[in-house]
This record gives sequence, C-alpha cells and structure tokens, in this order.
Amino acid sequence: MDKNFTARRRRDLVIAAVLAALAALAPLVIKDVYVQNILILTLLYAALSQSWNILSGYCGQISLGHALYFGIGAYTTELLFTKFGVLPWFGMLAGGVIAAIIAMGLGYPFFRLRGHYFVIATIVIAEIGLLLFQNWEWAGAAMGITIPMRGDSWLKFQFMRSKLPYFYFALVLCSLAWFVTWWLEDSKWGFWWRAVKDNPEAAESLGVVVFNSKMGAAAVSAFLVAIGGAFYAQFLAYIDPESVMGFQFSLLMALPAVLGGIGTLWGPVLGAAILIPMTELTRSYIGGSGRGVDLIVYGTLIVLISLALPQGLVSLFSRTKAKGATR
Amino acid sequence: MTPLLETRGVWQRFGGLVANSDVSISVGRGEIVGLIGPNGAGKSTLFNLIAGVLPPTQGSIWFGGEDVTALPAAERCQRGVGRTFQVVKSFETMTVIDNVIVGALVRNTVMREARRKAHEVLEFTGLAARANVLASDLVPAEKRRLEVARALATEPKLLLLDEVLTGLTPTEAQTGVALVRKVRDTGITVLMVEHVMEIVMPLVDRAIVLDLGKVLVEGKPADVVRDPKVIKAYLGDRHAVSA
Repeated sequence: MDKNFTARRRRDLVIAAVLAALAALAPLVIKDVYVQNILILTLLYAALSQSWNILSGYCGQISLGHALYFGIGAYTTELLFTKFGVLPWFGMLAGGVIAAIIAMGLGYPFFRLRGHYFVIATIVIAEIGLLLFQNWEWAGAAMGITIPMRGDSWLKFQFMRSKLPYFYFALVLCSLAWFVTWWLEDSKWGFWWRAVKDNPEAAESLGVVVFNSKMGAAAVSAFLVAIGGAFYAQFLAYIDPESVMGFQFSLLMALPAVLGGIGTLWGPVLGAAILIPMTELTRSYIGGSGRGVDLIVYGTLIVLISLALPQGLVSLFSRTKAKGATR
Repeated sequence: MTPLLETRGVWQRFGGLVANSDVSISVGRGEIVGLIGPNGAGKSTLFNLIAGVLPPTQGSIWFGGEDVTALPAAERCQRGVGRTFQVVKSFETMTVIDNVIVGALVRNTVMREARRKAHEVLEFTGLAARANVLASDLVPAEKRRLEVARALATEPKLLLLDEVLTGLTPTEAQTGVALVRKVRDTGITVLMVEHVMEIVMPLVDRAIVLDLGKVLVEGKPADVVRDPKVIKAYLGDRHAVSA
C-alpha cells in the first residue's frame, strides 16, 4: 500500500509537469492578446488560490483577508522601486518576507480565535490595511503609484511590447505554488495542518503544537500571495489601494479553491481554470453596463457546486478512485 | 524507584464546583492501573490534568521524576504521555493510516519512517486492513481502536485510556482487553478510566476509586470491589449495609 501512495504522488507530479509543459507551449498557438491576458490572470489566480489553500484549506483557518498580503506584496515592490530604485525582483522577495512577518504578527492574537470569529477578524484587518493605504500620503494615498515604464527589461521586470514574459512568470509562480503544496502535503507540516483542521484537541494530544502549525501555514501562505501581488503590480504598471487590496481579491483567492476542492492539491488549479476565464468572458460580453453580472454568475455557480459537490469538483475524480482503491 | 506518574495534592475547581480535591495518586512503571468511580467522580478531570489539557488549580503533576505541571499537552506527549479521548476525536477527513502518521511524527521526523511506524502500529492494533479507509467511515469500535493506535504511534511510556472499553459489545470489549494486555506486554504503563467495573477489574493490577473528587479507596481489584465504601459510592447506603 505504500507503493500505491508513492505511485499516486509520482503520478500527480507527472501530470503537473505535463500540464505546465503544455501551458508553456500555449503561446505558440494562442497569439490573441486578449486571450493571453485571460491565461495570465488564470495562472495568477490559480497560484494565489493555491497559496490561500495552504492556510485555509489544509490548516483550516479560513481567511477572507488575504487581499492584505496581496497588497503588501504590490506596495512593497513598487515603493522600493519608485522611491529607492530597488529592482522589482528584490522588492518581490522583500514583500513576501514582510507579508509573512505581518501574517505571523496578526496570527499571534488571532489564532486564538476560532471559526467565524477568526474569519471576521481577517476581513476587518484587511479593511484596516486598505484604509491605511488610502490615507498614506507618502505611498500615494488613494491616487496610487504609477510605475515608470522605460522599455522592455527583464532586469526591471517590465514589458510593453508583449505579454509573454508576464505569462511565463505567472506560469512559474503557479507551478511553484503547486509544487510547494505538493511537497508540504507529504511532510510533517502537511500532516500537522490537516490534524489541526480536523481536531485541534486531538492534534495537541499527539504532540502537534497547534499554534506553531497555524503560524507556519500563515507565513508560507502570505509569502506566496505577496509574490503574486508584486507580479500583479508589475503587470498593471499602476497600483492604488482599491486595485490591489480590495476585498474582491480575498474572495477571488478563496473561490477557486472552494469550487475546485478546498484542502486538496488540485482544487485551486481546477477551480481557477473554470472560474477565471468564465468571469473574464462574462465581463467582456456583457460589457460595462452589466457590471456585477460576472459576480452573479460566480455566486450561482458556487451555490450549485456546494449543493451538488460539497467537496468541490475534484471529488468527481477522487470519488471513483476511492471506490477502486478500497473495494 | 520513583513512580512513572504522580499527582501531588491536585485540586481542580470550576467556579464553585470542586472536581478534584487533594488528589494524590501514583502509577508505577509497567502497571495497569484502573481509575474508577461513579459518574461525576472527577475521573475525566483528573485525566485531563494528567494529559495537560488544563493546568490544575493547585498541586503538581510529576512524570518520570520531573514536574510537568506547567507543560502543555503537546509537550507532555513528547515526553511520553499518550492518551485517547472518551468521545472519539478522529481526524475525520484523513485516512486511518494518515491519522496514525500524525502520532508517529512525534518521534520520526522522516516521513518514510513515520509511515513505516504507523503501519507497524496498525498491524499491532488489528487495523491494518482498514489503513486506506477514511476515519469517518470506521464503525465505532474501530474508531476506539484508532484512538489507541494513534496514541501508541507516539511511542508513549504512559498510555492514558479514557473509557476505551465502554459502549462496546462483549466480544468487542474482550478484544479490547486483549489489546490493553498486549500493550502492557510491550512495556507501556497503562492508566485507564473505566466506568464498567466488570470489564476493568480482571484487567488491572491496581484500582483507584474516585468519589466526589477525592480518592476513596486504592488497592488490589479484589479488595476494592468488596470495600463497603466503594459499594456505598456506587450503589448507595442500603446496599453497603447489607454487604
């Protein structure tokens, strides 16, 4: 039975490698900039959702405030770049580290809260972060920051002529987030997180330091989300508080994982692959007058999925597999 | 030789309610000790104090000659205290083997070794055939067994069993008794809370009877069951007189 387990893990890795390779070749066929844009966003949200899933899916601490870490990644990168000339690559890492530290600082009081109270705290904190940035003159306040574009450069990670570099970065980020999850899944941390989610008291009795597990999950999760935020800022070349720290980002990170299967390896990728193109398409077809219609479609889909498949879309695959394995 | 476990003058108050008053017990290495008493005697509270779920209001708890009163549950587990829960607390979304791996990770940092250890324990507890089933799909008796398996995977010196034999059919209970003996034969000390006297008395080396939060009687099972104080606590005054 250990062979089964190892085989399953290896199979996941092979599937991921094949998918990543296919995605890498996609731009050879897909030349349309609009479609490329959708692909970039899909990969970005898959990465974000995968990162969110570490804290909220595996460790069970539902956060609806991850927009904060997304915004911190974006702002750290752009502030360092525009004020001090620090290259975005370093800014990106700095943003990740700062987000991880803030996540742990916030976790210190909030991981004592349980269930709904924790969720509410995350929403409130992210809103406070948004307000702070809206009023912080030095950081551009509500006006935001425009990133000076001086031609295509990998060094400065900015490209005007083609979207492809952004596409490849998003692909790498998505692969990284997936791989980190894959790797952590079969580690002490992965087991600790799932134990904490299912039953903290029993976990504690088995030597799991519940508080530290949550802190670890929060740090990894926030770090990766901030990298995504830094990327998004470079991609847009302009940031303001609402466009990188708004509540919608918190939702957009949670929804793909919930739709695809919360706390599963493939859930976020699967969810993002369906949700993001659908949102973008409804948004562009219905147009400006139909603002919010995409969200209605979203909501309806989530309701339908949670009624029919409470374990998410991945359960369509695993259900048959589980039968084959046990019987 | 110092006893493996000792509670010294332990008190636990919940508001105005005194759940444990001045409880001093000790458990020697290699013993099977039964902690019995009627409902509300304070057995589960004492149990939780020993496992480190909450600190005692007063008094101290010693394990392996060290004062562990201030240590949280996770650290006591690392020192060698394993426990089960009266109301089973399986990790429901995880498979049986994964449940046990969580316990095995206390002493095995390499996943491969933790997994091997977990399989060993499943073999030992007779759950090997159910390794890849979700914990939520187990029948109640198997869930009890899983509680024991998980605790054993932490390689405890002292195993605290909280009513693992209660609510089982006679056959299941007999298998349970056999398992507890087998555990003791591997050198693990067992302290078990049980409600049903008939099952535990033949199994334990020594019984400690709690009543109204205090130690009422302590001794060999055969003596304890005949003690008028115990009969009175369980059945009331009338029966104590006739005995």
